[in-house]
Amino acid sequence: MSAGVSRRHKEWGLAYLLLLPALVIFGVFTFFPFLKNFKLALYQNPPFPGLPAHYVGLHQVGTVLSSTEFHQSLVSTLFFVAMVVPVGLLGGLLLALAAHRAIRGMSVFRTIFSSTVVSSVAVAAVVFGTLMDPVVGLLPWLGINPHPAILQNPTWALPAVSLIAVWQFLGLSFIIMTAGLQSLPEEILEAARLDGAGTWTMFWRVTVPLLSPTLFFGLVVGTIYAFQSFGQIDILIGPQNSQFTHTNVLLYYVYQALSIQNDPGVAAVLSIVLFTIMLVFTVLQLRFLERRVTYAGN
Amino acid sequence: MPATDHLTPNRMDPPPVAAPTALRRRRRLQLVIRYALLTLGAFFILFPLYMAIVNSLLQPSQIAHQPPPSFPLHPQWGSYSKAWTQGDLDVYLRNSAIQTSIIVFGQMVTSVLAAYAFAFLEFPFKRILFFVFLMTLMIPFEVTIATNLSTVSSLGWFNTFPGLTVPFLATGFGTFLMRQAFLQIPRDLREAAQLDGYGHLRFLWSVAIPLARPALAALGVFSFLGAWNQYLWPLLVTGNNNSVRTVQIGLKQLINTQLDQINVSLAGTVIAVVPLLILLVVFQKQLVRSLTSGAVK
Repeated sequence: MSAGVSRRHKEWGLAYLLLLPALVIFGVFTFFPFLKNFKLALYQNPPFPGLPAHYVGLHQVGTVLSSTEFHQSLVSTLFFVAMVVPVGLLGGLLLALAAHRAIRGMSVFRTIFSSTVVSSVAVAAVVFGTLMDPVVGLLPWLGINPHPAILQNPTWALPAVSLIAVWQFLGLSFIIMTAGLQSLPEEILEAARLDGAGTWTMFWRVTVPLLSPTLFFGLVVGTIYAFQSFGQIDILIGPQNSQFTHTNVLLYYVYQALSIQNDPGVAAVLSIVLFTIMLVFTVLQLRFLERRVTYAGN
Repeated sequence: MPATDHLTPNRMDPPPVAAPTALRRRRRLQLVIRYALLTLGAFFILFPLYMAIVNSLLQPSQIAHQPPPSFPLHPQWGSYSKAWTQGDLDVYLRNSAIQTSIIVFGQMVTSVLAAYAFAFLEFPFKRILFFVFLMTLMIPFEVTIATNLSTVSSLGWFNTFPGLTVPFLATGFGTFLMRQAFLQIPRDLREAAQLDGYGHLRFLWSVAIPLARPALAALGVFSFLGAWNQYLWPLLVTGNNNSVRTVQIGLKQLINTQLDQINVSLAGTVIAVVPLLILLVVFQKQLVRSLTSGAVK
């Protein structure tokens, strides 16, 4: 009996020991800084570096949230997400449908369609930055020559940057859609086909409804991806053009407050806003994972 | 028989030999259309990369030519050696390799250890602790940078490899992936190993990990991709010298140089993307597996 108890205690000790490394990292670099945001948000940084930040309560939160800069940033972010996610998902779905049938050479096409998933944001930005360059790019040849140049243009900069994010997201979108298509129950598709459903009817009445969990998963993953986009804007627009508030998406705004204006208080307020907006989507993503957790646990 | 069926030769019976010619012709036409669509898609995906390769092999004056040259008739490989030496790509790639190796190895170790505890051990607060791991997925790294930057600085880790890597040495997602894999291992196996005198750690090392190898590989590829392509954090914690600057930040550095070096920037970009294209071709299966976790049951 007592041997059993001590063995059980030994197992407890081992379990905690195994969890310890991850818990320490999470504690120091995830939970602590997350919670610290709520404190930082209440302290205003002095106009001159070196002086201590002083407590201002919710004053700073109010100032940031009511600023035109913040509203502009929120609009830019939503515009960016609304451009990137639907276009990326639709593109990925079309590619996946085209590549679904097993015909000769398909594995090559599949590798090509997945390929943008490995492209880094810096690679994509440099490559597209060259293509969009007013001197060496393709646009002057195509007769598209806005003034100021496309990436310095308040109207076109954000759509241009969104296009780069779409290209990058296509690979992941294709992979997700392909996995979804492959998991569709073949019997149902077969039955619909035997019932004489045409290609169009098949697509809208059978494939899309059956694929809706995949589409939803793609929507969640894509939205999280879009909210985390930052590098394209940093490389192609950059703080030197920061007067173009049109591309100042929330995450860039956080970075700007932190790294350029040296203002952790404002960065914390903005981080909390970003977290809150993303929470809806991260929770949904978690539910997808959790469903698998329960499934494996039983 | 509906006309679309012929496109799945592996699933369907071969079409009847005496199929009407009109039907056969229609099928062939559909196949041609399908290939045309696939090629069009491939063109859109590959075009930017293709242009980058072409332009990296041209003289800067040729790049500005209109219409843009679509093929380098006299490839100038000098831009690659310039990117490698003057552009410091050699240093950046080495730094990225070190940073990525630390993160991949660290994530694998912490995930395997924690996942083993969740899958094979019983202990108080197990559910709560599991929930704590779950919660980390709701806190994107981006919303923690304000404090993490000052934590790393106060530890004296600014512009060092620990500063670049330590915040990423644990992953909730990786822990789930490994826990899933461990739960597939039959309980009897653990009991049999126990009778043979295997302790937990020996069972983990010589039974559980080998059996969970596919999941571990998926996690490794996923971590590699994430670590190699990190942008925001390396930008924040690397300083103004090259000592630990990663290749992504190096590319930003390259593009900010003069326009007459544009072929060098593009050569650098091509060099930076090669390791990942190899990763994609070799580990496509593992990558797909990790990226679609949760997408389908």
